[in-house]
Amino acid sequence: MLDYEMLRLIWWALLGILLIGFAVMDGFDLGAAMLLPFVGRTDAERRVAINTVGPVWEGNQVWLVLGGGAIFAAWPTLYAVAFSGFYLAMFLALCALIVRPVSFKFRSKLTHPTWRSVWDWALFACGLVPSLIFGVAFGNVIEGAPFRFDDTMRMTYEGTLFGLLNPFALLCGLVSVAMLAMHGGAYLALKAGPPIAARAAFFARRAALVMIALFLIGGVWVAIGIDGYAIVGVVAHDGPSNPLLKDVARTAGAWMANYSTYPWMMLAPCLAIAGALLTIVLLGGARNGLAFVASAVSVASVIATAGLSIFPFLLPSSLDPKASLTVWDASSSRLTLAIMLGATLLLLPIVLIYTAWVYRVLRGRVTLAYVDENSASIY
Amino acid sequence: MTAALDVVQLSRLQFGLTAMYHFLFIPLTLGLAVLLGVMESVYVMTGREVWRRMTKFWGLLFGINFAMGVATGITMEFQFGMNWAYYSHYVGDVFGAPLAIEGLMAFFLEATFIGLFFFGWDKLSKGAHLAVTWLVALGSNLSALWILIANGWMQHPVGSRFNPDTMRMEVTDFSAVIFNPVAQAKFVHTVSAGYVTGSIFVLAISAFYLLRGHHIEIAKRSATVAASFGLAASLSVVVLGDESGYTAGENQKMKIAAIEAMWNTEPAPAPFTVFGLPNQATHTTDYEIRIPWMLGLIDTRSLSAEVPGINELVAHAQERIRSGLIAYEALAKVRANRGDADTRAVLATHGDDLGYALLLKKLRPDIGNASDVQIAEAAENTVPVVSPLFWSFRVMVALGMFFIGLFAVAFYLASTRRLQSSRIFLWVALCALPLPWIAGELGWYVAEVGRQPWVIEGVLPTFLAVSSLSASNVLTTLVGFITFYSALLVVDIYLMTKTIRLGPAPIRPAPSFRPSPIATPAAAE
Repeated sequence: MLDYEMLRLIWWALLGILLIGFAVMDGFDLGAAMLLPFVGRTDAERRVAINTVGPVWEGNQVWLVLGGGAIFAAWPTLYAVAFSGFYLAMFLALCALIVRPVSFKFRSKLTHPTWRSVWDWALFACGLVPSLIFGVAFGNVIEGAPFRFDDTMRMTYEGTLFGLLNPFALLCGLVSVAMLAMHGGAYLALKAGPPIAARAAFFARRAALVMIALFLIGGVWVAIGIDGYAIVGVVAHDGPSNPLLKDVARTAGAWMANYSTYPWMMLAPCLAIAGALLTIVLLGGARNGLAFVASAVSVASVIATAGLSIFPFLLPSSLDPKASLTVWDASSSRLTLAIMLGATLLLLPIVLIYTAWVYRVLRGRVTLAYVDENSASIY
Repeated sequence: MTAALDVVQLSRLQFGLTAMYHFLFIPLTLGLAVLLGVMESVYVMTGREVWRRMTKFWGLLFGINFAMGVATGITMEFQFGMNWAYYSHYVGDVFGAPLAIEGLMAFFLEATFIGLFFFGWDKLSKGAHLAVTWLVALGSNLSALWILIANGWMQHPVGSRFNPDTMRMEVTDFSAVIFNPVAQAKFVHTVSAGYVTGSIFVLAISAFYLLRGHHIEIAKRSATVAASFGLAASLSVVVLGDESGYTAGENQKMKIAAIEAMWNTEPAPAPFTVFGLPNQATHTTDYEIRIPWMLGLIDTRSLSAEVPGINELVAHAQERIRSGLIAYEALAKVRANRGDADTRAVLATHGDDLGYALLLKKLRPDIGNASDVQIAEAAENTVPVVSPLFWSFRVMVALGMFFIGLFAVAFYLASTRRLQSSRIFLWVALCALPLPWIAGELGWYVAEVGRQPWVIEGVLPTFLAVSSLSASNVLTTLVGFITFYSALLVVDIYLMTKTIRLGPAPIRPAPSFRPSPIATPAAAE
């Protein structure tokens, strides 16, 4: 059996993989929904865009459900602090994620233009709001959140919803929106018929440029504008999951320390930018399949950048840095991590295989003609 | 230390409402998914077009319902962390795993293939589409399995131990968590109840068509399928009742005693109270009508095993509180001096009762100084409110019996081909439409309210499990959920009714199998 330290490292990596899975898979349908008002001028055109994601969004959304479940199972303290701390923001994201499924399902059931228009805007908002909120949440994770524990490990959070909406976090929110707009655009360019595909490529290229610019600003901001955190002294990597057993210092520029200790980590931010640049180039040359892959690499690398910058922290505390959650003291027990690793190794490959099969069955573009032919049975 | 009580009340109300709302959609998903599989199997075996149209029609209703289930399910997962942060910290090590496995094993399966169910009719061969339909059904049933394993652990927390270093429960034996007898009983009972719901839904709507003389061919066949499947399911739901798991643990015994309003231990075999007015203050039941032997038989499946009464269980709770206080004191010492092996041993001996000591936190923060009166009060608090449990349970059981009768008659009429002409029966079947939902919601109410004051029975009291939120924040989201969910329910019911009124799509020739009708890959480039 793997030792506790190794299991924690593996689960840190798996947490990253599941979040990346969510951003890459569900990200494109959130992004496609955000672009809906811009790429579709008529009802039929918007239906083309909607039906490119129609058969797959439900499966994609499971990445979020699984991400939530995995955080609960492997990082219960993180789950408790983040979900209750960001309470109202989570509620807003939740509202969007509740309206999204019904918008897809209900929109096509009536033909009245107002009915459809209402659900179109609902889809747009439900793409935009979670993208923004998850980005803002990442921003707050990087800055640290105002929480502490009492001696029974009950957490109190001393921030507000508006406290979450600080300038740096909003910047992260915008990076997330631009990133997913790029990704959704790249998907539509690949899967939608004309004229939607060309419009989507246009917006994806603009979004990629915006993302690169905002991502670079964010990088500079992290280096000189906000404080990072560092563990003081030694923390046992296989000790009990009790965040109060260590000391943490808050210092400017500490989030850059990992990049000098482990220069290979620079690969993540470089790929984030290179992927977005490649997306622009490839979409320009109508190499849509490769452009989507490049966009996915960029999305994955943006998330990896955030995770690597704050390693080994998961969620620092700005109120009581000692209470910060790290890879070494916020996990489940060794047995639970081992069981969950076994379950993941067994089941995730199966999931990937049948997901790939479903995408294969659904290959090809959704065109205006297809929407016209199947008007009664599709979204 | 302890959260404000109004936050507890609001959080409970919110969780209860959102869970019961979610459970409006889940049983129908469980039942219809299997019925769709049955109908499509007949289509594939006989090749008769009417069965395909049937599958597609019920599939439309399934789809609307499924979307609502997905939408409201995410709320449930998020809410543990949002509103029950201390719960998430305290038991996440055990409770999180089945939830995560549910996502991996079940929800992915269900949600990935549901898209192909709707969009794959013309893209897949008959056999492949049938496989997709059954995979959706398999996914939804596996989903119920893992959720009920998690829920079963809340009712009967096996395979875990309190760890003083992390201040939480941790898994010691995961197979005990999976094969928890309470979870197994719950799974069979809940899934069967879902099949009953799906069957009544199909039967009632088919009755509606038969009464109006519309879509006769589809309605007759649908009613026959629903009658046979429903009869088997309704028998299973009663015979394999959830109650069989209630004898597994001490706290489950309190639940059964409360459901039966059995204040004192009765000599075996215990009588069953058919009617009565339970009086919480005096611990008596007024105007009782009892059937000798019945309860003992139901609960213990034997004539000699005793069913303990509420008063005896309260007395036992007092002992456990006192033992828990020893554990609590030991815990404080261990926290101060982690190397103290002797005190750790004391904690290990009394650790199972720690939760009972925590009940005192409702009465005073420094529970080590609790008086005898307070210990007695805390023990009394382990009794859930009896009357609503007593009545909810009886109504649920009566409905269960009614369903067996309804399906038996439907089955008889269908097999003698008299369904269409039995208008009185068709009216009864139509009017029965809301009943399985009432029975299902009452079932949840009994199972979850009967668990109070515990969130994890014997381990963590509900009032300690909440997040440290302000009451105004919880009120905001509660009002938000109520408004939002009500609006969605109106739209949902409107669309359901509209789809039912429109009925199955008119007959068209079966399209031949085409591998990729959207466009060929070559044309896509």
